[in-house]
Amino acid sequence: MKQPTARGNVSALLLEITTGEPPAADKVKHLEDAVRTALARTADVVVEDDLQLTLFCLYELHYSGLDGAAEGWEWDPGLIRVRQLIEAVFEERLRTAVVVDAAPEPTSDAVAAELFRMTGEDTGPSMSRFVAREANAEQLREFLIQKSIYQLKEADPHTWAIPRLTGRAKAALVEIQADEYGGGHPDRMHSALFARTMRAVGLDDTYGAYIDAAPAITLASTNMMSLFGLNRRLRGAIVGHLTAYEMTSSQPNRLYARGFARHGYGEDATGYFEEHVEADAVHEQIAGRDLAGGLVEADPRLLGDVLFGAAAALLVDSWMTRHIMDAWAEGRSSLQPDRSFAA
Amino acid sequence: MSPADPAPRAGDARSGPPAASIVACPDGPLLVRGEFEVVTPDGEALPRTRRTVALCRCGASVLKPYCDGSHKLIGFKTEPPAP
Ligand code: FES
Ligand SMILES: [Fe+2]
Ligand SMILES: [Fe+2]
Repeated sequence: MKQPTARGNVSALLLEITTGEPPAADKVKHLEDAVRTALARTADVVVEDDLQLTLFCLYELHYSGLDGAAEGWEWDPGLIRVRQLIEAVFEERLRTAVVVDAAPEPTSDAVAAELFRMTGEDTGPSMSRFVAREANAEQLREFLIQKSIYQLKEADPHTWAIPRLTGRAKAALVEIQADEYGGGHPDRMHSALFARTMRAVGLDDTYGAYIDAAPAITLASTNMMSLFGLNRRLRGAIVGHLTAYEMTSSQPNRLYARGFARHGYGEDATGYFEEHVEADAVHEQIAGRDLAGGLVEADPRLLGDVLFGAAAALLVDSWMTRHIMDAWAEGRSSLQPDRSFAA
Repeated sequence: MSPADPAPRAGDARSGPPAASIVACPDGPLLVRGEFEVVTPDGEALPRTRRTVALCRCGASVLKPYCDGSHKLIGFKTEPPAP
């Protein structure tokens, strides 16, 4: 990923460290101290720019890497410790905020039914209805910039879970992910279809091109997936997260397609959304019964985390939607201020 | 029950898994996996871009014969309500 611009002393320290060679014990210790201080000071880690960017960069070492960073930093014990410090506070914040109000029987049918119920509830303002009917051309571009932080690596955070699952749940996850990755056709990968949409409206589809434009809540939304995906103990949560995403996708994507068509954009822009109407009507069935339901049947102790992961996905996305819609309602941009991405 | 694609077998059909399977999803579509073709009444193959498909059985999809999730909006139920 393109090197982001630092948003405070913590991310500045991390970016400075990773451009050098590992190990750098003194500097990493210094970073650890700075992170402890920042964590103690922050009122809400979810919207803390410096810490969310730092966490995002630490995770990115495991995905595409950071431009200019030595690859040896990925498993540096000091950086892993720093990551865990932020993760602990972030996870605690999510667990406190998320309400899981039902405990279905640990059977595949009951788990699927409960997840369909949770995801079917109306959760605040609707981005998709706004995009379909009202968003202007600039807001459509902004919407894509916001989404690009995840969608240009769509499916990757959930793929971490594959070797942690077995049997029916594993087969279900692989079946869904194979479709996400284009079923053997690189140009049909969902991330590639999203890149095509970005190009169609004149945006840069390089990963990280808009990282400086992303507000903390947008980084937090993707960081949450990496947190769930990279920690085996949270495999229930990443499964619940994916299931919630699949179950809240078909209809919104139909409306997104309509919004871009309304502005005269063609299939090269709408194709990504149209693909998701059909794909996720399939994925949500597999995810509910075979992935989430199959996992809970194999290990009923994971039921709570499956529901937590699903509820967290819905909650954090509702925060992100509110951030964007509130800005638009006030006639502002929802992107980070004072940065040079807007061109 | 397994979501894996069963390979079609030559010879004794009873010795292996069926070439395709259909899951009747509660309150939702028919999920079809394996080796099959979806064709028009004239026998022409319909466009298909994924291995496993969901066929609408609520009647409300705008992507028919495929499901588009509309069954959730119309409250489609596959079981009659309890008396
Ligand atoms: S069964 Fe899903 S739209 Fe008809
Ligand atoms: Fe997708
Ligand atoms: Fe999907």
